[in-house]
Amino acid sequence: MTKYTLDINGKKVQVEAEPDTPMLWVIRDYAGLKGTKFGCGVGLCGACTVHLNGQPVRSCSTPVSDIKKNDKITTIEGISDNLDHVIQQAWIEEQVPQCGYCQSGQIMSAVALLKAIPQPTDDDIDTYMSGNICRCGTYNRMRKAIHRAAAMQKGK
Amino acid sequence: MKNTVSRRKFLQYSGLTGAALILGVSGNNASGATTVANLSNLDEGYNLSPYVIIEKSGKITIFNTKPEMGQGTFQSIPALIAEELELAPGQFTVLQTGGEKKFGNEQAAGGSYSVRSSYETLRKVGASAREMLVSAASKQWNVSEKECYAEFGRIFHKPSGRSLGYGELVETAATLEAPENPRLKDPKDFRMLGKPSKRPDIPLKVSGKAVFGIDAEVPGMVYASIERCPVFGAALTDFNPAGALKVTGVEQVIPVERVFGNYKTTGVAVVAANYWAALKGRKALKINWDYRGNEKFNSADYTQYLRDLAANEGITDASTGDFDAVYAAAANKVEAFYETPFVAHATMEPMNCTAHWKEDNQLEIWASTQVPSDIMNEIPAMFGISADDVTLHTCFNGGGFGRRLAIDFVVEAVSLSQKIRKPVKVIWTREDDMQLGPFRPPTFSSFRAALSPDGKLTAFQHKVIAPTILSFLMPQQDKTKVDEPMVEGISRQAYEIPNMKNTFVFADCPAPLLWWRSVTSSTLAFSHECFLDELAHKAGKNPLDFRMEMLTKDSDTKRVLQKLRAVSNWDAPLPEGKGRGIAQWDFFAGLAGQVIEVTRLSDNSVRIDKVYVVIDLGTVVNPDTVKSQMESAVVMGISAAVKKGITFANGRAEQSNFHDSPVPRITESPEVVVHILAEGGSTIKGVGEPGLPPVAPALANAIFNATGIRLRKMPFDLDDLRG
Repeated sequence: MTKYTLDINGKKVQVEAEPDTPMLWVIRDYAGLKGTKFGCGVGLCGACTVHLNGQPVRSCSTPVSDIKKNDKITTIEGISDNLDHVIQQAWIEEQVPQCGYCQSGQIMSAVALLKAIPQPTDDDIDTYMSGNICRCGTYNRMRKAIHRAAAMQKGK
Repeated sequence: MKNTVSRRKFLQYSGLTGAALILGVSGNNASGATTVANLSNLDEGYNLSPYVIIEKSGKITIFNTKPEMGQGTFQSIPALIAEELELAPGQFTVLQTGGEKKFGNEQAAGGSYSVRSSYETLRKVGASAREMLVSAASKQWNVSEKECYAEFGRIFHKPSGRSLGYGELVETAATLEAPENPRLKDPKDFRMLGKPSKRPDIPLKVSGKAVFGIDAEVPGMVYASIERCPVFGAALTDFNPAGALKVTGVEQVIPVERVFGNYKTTGVAVVAANYWAALKGRKALKINWDYRGNEKFNSADYTQYLRDLAANEGITDASTGDFDAVYAAAANKVEAFYETPFVAHATMEPMNCTAHWKEDNQLEIWASTQVPSDIMNEIPAMFGISADDVTLHTCFNGGGFGRRLAIDFVVEAVSLSQKIRKPVKVIWTREDDMQLGPFRPPTFSSFRAALSPDGKLTAFQHKVIAPTILSFLMPQQDKTKVDEPMVEGISRQAYEIPNMKNTFVFADCPAPLLWWRSVTSSTLAFSHECFLDELAHKAGKNPLDFRMEMLTKDSDTKRVLQKLRAVSNWDAPLPEGKGRGIAQWDFFAGLAGQVIEVTRLSDNSVRIDKVYVVIDLGTVVNPDTVKSQMESAVVMGISAAVKKGITFANGRAEQSNFHDSPVPRITESPEVVVHILAEGGSTIKGVGEPGLPPVAPALANAIFNATGIRLRKMPFDLDDLRG
């Protein structure tokens, strides 16, 4: 067991874990943030997507020992306090989620997309979002919601 | 006081479906109705089914008995009550029931049945409550009930403009006789029903706050991962836990049984302080299995086995006229053989369950499940305890699609917790989910048909060859009778066929099987509606005209096809290189039709451009939910049509995760245009499943139209159609 001090959503979290423990389980079961989900365990579905220093990563395939001292981790719980991120608002407007299980990961990918490309094209959306599976098939609504969020952001 | 009596009467009356209402009164206080109920002091002694609790503070809680798995019941079911009770969406809290007896025995979501089974009864619950509140207000004001009305959680006195909130009236209301026949609102006055409504679960699902089964957290909880033999029907011989026990965090290694209907297998559970340790320990296990000969099971032989079975006559499902004679004498005969694969459900949330068998033999369960009632019926029976000692927390389901109609993963968790006397969370890996089943069974279809010289269908036979789901669920299935779920829809389409004989041939299968969104219709619609397309072309007719000629009488199917013709511009020629196909399917869940347009990219490949969906509902509760369910069904239908299903070698599934059993991604989701036929009428049809069956046949028919390639086998590869 090794002690780690992690910066998750701007808070310091101390955990004691085996170095090969994936961040997914550290976030969920050590830091108690359940919004990040387990889907495939091997980085194929994107349900576990979080941001590492602003970049989307698959937490199920990122061992806690890979996290460096000043790294900042952001999870779904950390993107806004009151559902006021434009992606969340657009997701509600378009009524995107169905079962909702993949949506934390989808939203983390979409947030990263808008940060990188504030006015994304459909091709940009394909590139950024194709790593995230939604078994309910909410893809068309996500695409619409991303365009809506981009427009909202522009209007701000 | 007749408080108790009247409430009993009310409950009896609404007990038609087990639905009932308690108006915020604790039964401990039969004489005074002074205690306002809340969740902690509701009286269990009444054997009631309280769907609504109105507290004196004005807080209103509506219970949802149909698990939410993405299909929208968290909104649509409470809305049935709230509409009649004159509540706006923000004025009440929704709570999910956990299989408690007082909520009846139909706490289950499946068969596209939730809304249609509740539509009348739950509206009556809401209407009764409304009338009692109106009556209470009129008494309080000493005015005529006719002068009072309910709106947005208050009762108003029209002439004076006075009003009282429901919370202020609930004590009086609870002393009143419940109306025998409450007046239901005229649908034209609906504020919520029939209009797009926002779902209350969505804010939770975009903030990470929605609690799924896997998110359950119990103090002192341990985690378990279970190694189950990947060869179906194998038995555990012995195991060596030493390697697993060396892993830091691993606490125990114990065998645990997976029970799924008739199918029982024993696996080895590694229990650890954290899930990662349980997984690592599991990999370090040494286990010997007795494969019992099942290691020979493989897809190549199994496919041949099903093909060979097609030589059997089979058991007749339904017949009209004299198929044998007319077919024998016909000059223009058409035959075809269709094949479909096994598929996995692949819900995004892998199976999991948390169970806590406590020292006092009280059992608490947290699960994503479609069937709270089944859990509360079966778990006590299996473990020899009373249902009163079991508390179930029904969580949001991270996808269901039929997989969570089984409770095998619940049995595992409960039995583990019983053994270790600790709260334990069992989580299946994605590999477990892909490989261990249950799977949707394949259906093979053998067709024979005859056409008259003027191109009319004179004789038709659809013979289904398939292993059956019920064989896994029922101890003594009578195999001399048709297994109805395996032939669903094939004999009940609205098409008027003068000489028809549809039959069924039983097949055996060692792999566990289960319902999958739209079940056998997801394969039978493909073969059936593609073969009709073949016949249309053989007859030299437009595929839609050919179908319409068989629909001389009025029917819902006829209206769906007419609407599809209009909305898809069926009669407008498509540009060069494009093709379109049509299909419809009417089955236990409901009725929908689709036109799919494709673009031919090469001799051997196409792209899906657009899907037109017409769904026939009669009555619609939330059109936006219906629309999203159609979008969802289209993507899942495409998944089943074009993505590799599950194949077997050496007794086990060859696929293990999303790399070798892929599902569609955002780049593969075509435009979907939805039209809802909701023109009233007595029947309400289902929503969750009907959008799926027409996808594969409409797509295959469009591909034929664009390329001339006739696909008779699912899955097909859009990039390599001849593959």
